[in-house]
Amino acid sequence: MASPLQQFEIHTIVPINIGGIDLSFTNSALWMGITITVASVFLAFGARRRALVPGRWQVMTEMSYEFIANMIRDNVGDAGRRYFPYIFTLFMFILFGNLLGLVPGAFTFTSHIIVTLALALTVFLAVTIVGIVKHGLHFFSFFVPSGVPALMMPLMIPIEIISYLSRPVSLSIRLFANMMAGHTMMKVFAGFVVPLGAATFGIGGLAPIAMDVALTGFELLVAFLQAYVFTVLTCLYLNDALNLH
Amino acid sequence: MELEAAKMIGAGLAVIGLSGVGVGIGNIFSSLIGSIARNPATRPQIFPMAMLGFALVEAVALYALLISFLILFG
Repeated sequence: MASPLQQFEIHTIVPINIGGIDLSFTNSALWMGITITVASVFLAFGARRRALVPGRWQVMTEMSYEFIANMIRDNVGDAGRRYFPYIFTLFMFILFGNLLGLVPGAFTFTSHIIVTLALALTVFLAVTIVGIVKHGLHFFSFFVPSGVPALMMPLMIPIEIISYLSRPVSLSIRLFANMMAGHTMMKVFAGFVVPLGAATFGIGGLAPIAMDVALTGFELLVAFLQAYVFTVLTCLYLNDALNLH
Repeated sequence: MELEAAKMIGAGLAVIGLSGVGVGIGNIFSSLIGSIARNPATRPQIFPMAMLGFALVEAVALYALLISFLILFG
């Protein structure tokens, strides 16, 4: 039987090799392309008719817009409105990547740490650059906690710096570990179906199937929740950079 | 063979951290139920916060799971 981790293997579809660097078109890249296509179609066609009384599709598009707009208003304030396109794109990309990964036979690119780390490092660098551009050298006062006695400073400043630098790591590991653990768990239960069914004339096989159905529902929740958490934390980091505590 | 056995024991030990996560998730939802019971009107504001806390705590569980996967398959 195939290992539960086999679903995360990357296959080369179109081999491309430029100057010794492997730039092959893989199943991961294919599913990123599919994700972008589906998300673009969802938004573009939903916003096309612009009816005063929206249909179901248009309501879904408007809801996703308002969801992120409210998130930025609540967490960052008016100063964050300029960053709406970036945060909205990030949310839609992760959400559709997670959801499309749940389709049987699909590849979940968010279950690879290289993808989530790239996303998290982009957020980290962008937020740091925004902070430095807005506040100049004053930005580094972010690492000096207020209301702490001067004696504690040699201890507190390194802690603050380490916690700031560990942000992209925790942001990326959270998303990747959630997706990988969820899909592995589903595969492990799916692997029980045939052995258990063969041992009990097919009746016992129903229990793991029922469990997988329940897990799929849970994974839908997790897929949305993790996209939400990723974007909320991006908003909180942006708020830190714009307002410095 | 002994290395294999040690790996299995190590992977088991790595997920002991889940007990703390169980306490954490229980704590979040007990406070959520407690606060909604006291003041049902605050539910729309509290619920997203509880979900965010749940996701953050659940991520800690997955860090432990990840370590155990690394030990088993890495």
